[in-house]
Amino acid sequence: MIHRQSLWSWLCLAFILLYFFVPLYATFQFSLQAKRGQLGFTAYQNIFSAPDFSNSFLFSFQTALLTIAISMVLIIPTAYWVNLKLTWLRPIVEFLTLIPFVIPAVIVAFGLIRAYNRTLLTDSGEGVYVLLVGAYVSLSFPYMYRAVDTGLQAINVRTLTEAAQSLGASWIAILVRVIFPNIFRAVLTGAFITFAIAMGEFTIASLLSQPAFGPYMAATAARKVYEPSALAIVSFGLTWLCIAGVQILTRRNRGGRVPTALIR
Amino acid sequence: MSFLEINDVNKQFATFTAVESFNLKIERGEFVSFLGPSGCGKTTTLRMVAGFEQPTHGVILLGDKDITYVPANKRNVGMVFQSYALFPNMNVWNNIAFGLKIARKPGALITERVNEMLDIIQMREFGNRYPHQLSGGQQQRVALARALAIQPDVLLLDEPLSALDAKIRVQLREEIRAIQRRLGITTIYVTHDQEEALSVSDRIVVMSKGRIEQVGSPKQIYNVPQTRFVASFVGTLNVLEAKAVDAYHIALDGQMLTVEAGIPPEQMNMTLTCALRPEAIRINTQETPGMNRLTGKVEDVGFLGSVVRVRVRTGAQTVRLDTFNTPDLNLPSVGEEATLQFPPGALLVLQPDRAALPA
Repeated sequence: MIHRQSLWSWLCLAFILLYFFVPLYATFQFSLQAKRGQLGFTAYQNIFSAPDFSNSFLFSFQTALLTIAISMVLIIPTAYWVNLKLTWLRPIVEFLTLIPFVIPAVIVAFGLIRAYNRTLLTDSGEGVYVLLVGAYVSLSFPYMYRAVDTGLQAINVRTLTEAAQSLGASWIAILVRVIFPNIFRAVLTGAFITFAIAMGEFTIASLLSQPAFGPYMAATAARKVYEPSALAIVSFGLTWLCIAGVQILTRRNRGGRVPTALIR
Repeated sequence: MSFLEINDVNKQFATFTAVESFNLKIERGEFVSFLGPSGCGKTTTLRMVAGFEQPTHGVILLGDKDITYVPANKRNVGMVFQSYALFPNMNVWNNIAFGLKIARKPGALITERVNEMLDIIQMREFGNRYPHQLSGGQQQRVALARALAIQPDVLLLDEPLSALDAKIRVQLREEIRAIQRRLGITTIYVTHDQEEALSVSDRIVVMSKGRIEQVGSPKQIYNVPQTRFVASFVGTLNVLEAKAVDAYHIALDGQMLTVEAGIPPEQMNMTLTCALRPEAIRINTQETPGMNRLTGKVEDVGFLGSVVRVRVRTGAQTVRLDTFNTPDLNLPSVGEEATLQFPPGALLVLQPDRAALPA
């Protein structure tokens, strides 16, 4: 009986892996066929050497880093305060984290344009960039908040805070020297996910006419034959790198780093 | 003027009063324990001294300074927590140095002070270890060193040994007391363990339901409990009900007994609550003039190793007595009649519970 169940589990796993990897392999193989009659990385060479690729990639990379920085500055103190003093606010904040999932990106973009129409934020390139970053911060809010909140719940925030206070630490010192280092891995998890979102986002960047990586990939798909497949593989690779980074960091738990007496 | 004064402090939460009319003066260098069951307000009081809770009203003075509303990080009060609260991201050395770095002390001073603390707790070679690499006892030593490193005016310990096993607890409480004596630091120690409080304290504050029941030295608290709660909470005690016959005599299950300290006039017409320590009673010994005598039937004889505990029914009540397990001990059998003897001074008439007092 057990043998039959495990065989069935292996069969299901094999089917799912095939379902996922067969199209991916097909895409990869197609991307290698840019040069007639031979397999090669011509399509990849074309995309990496295109000036638009490096420009859009660097633009999105910079935007992603800025989004991560602003998210951390906003969300870490907020999550800390909710955990420490405003626990009654938790259900409200958790509800707010659902909103970016519910509201489509196109509505977000139109809403921003309408709300800030005829202001500095829409009348200049820099202003529109600020809107883009703001939109990405709100898109990444659920992931960053939940990651930070999970990290905070793994440590006894209140006792650590009181211990630091009894030793003369201010709120800033507590956040920087005690809380942040102990939730660093959780913050990085949120940061990697934010990075992946910002790098691949298309709708808002396109509607705000920003030279981001997402619109570049869409434009390339419309103009080229083999390069879109190569771009898809590159995007997958980038996403997997981010996920691998998260896995490596969360698995590297230094043998029960948090003393058990501290865990609530 | 006392070093630390807690004057008429109250703490009211939404639905209940955690601390009521708390008054206490603590001298410099004194080791005071707050002893009581869970929920009696001892930790809340400690947290108000630390600055983590604000009194609803009342004043806390440290020296001549009113610290009632001073933020916790400005009070220079060291605290040791039940859960150790070591910073997981820092090794032992950096944990102890934390307060000194926050105060921006010079590097050389920090090094000297941390090494001094490591020597005091006898963990000099553990400086590079992280909290998760230490045992519970070691973590608590480091927590103590961290609290002491900043040279606090007052050291507060909130049930620091509760999370440790019995053997380590005994060892560590003696170490804490020795360090406290050596440094001469004013200390408040919160515990629910009466043995802990009795063994380390200069004075004990016994608390119940947010109020102080009694303040005194360990000997006073144990030998002269003033209320039924203190008598029953601290040590094993016979709590018996009796009626006053005259100013120095009571009737317990119809048997006349002498009370050396006398009976307060206001309690003459009340049912008296009397306390009698088991170790003050002798069973079936030669009759001695001047001693109180109670007769009854043996209900149980319990062998506890070095001590034998006998339970005797005197009528409607039972009396427990402890006797050392000596080789020539002649124990009565269950069902036998027995005679108990104890000095009149061992019989204490307790103050009535607050509920029993006239309004």
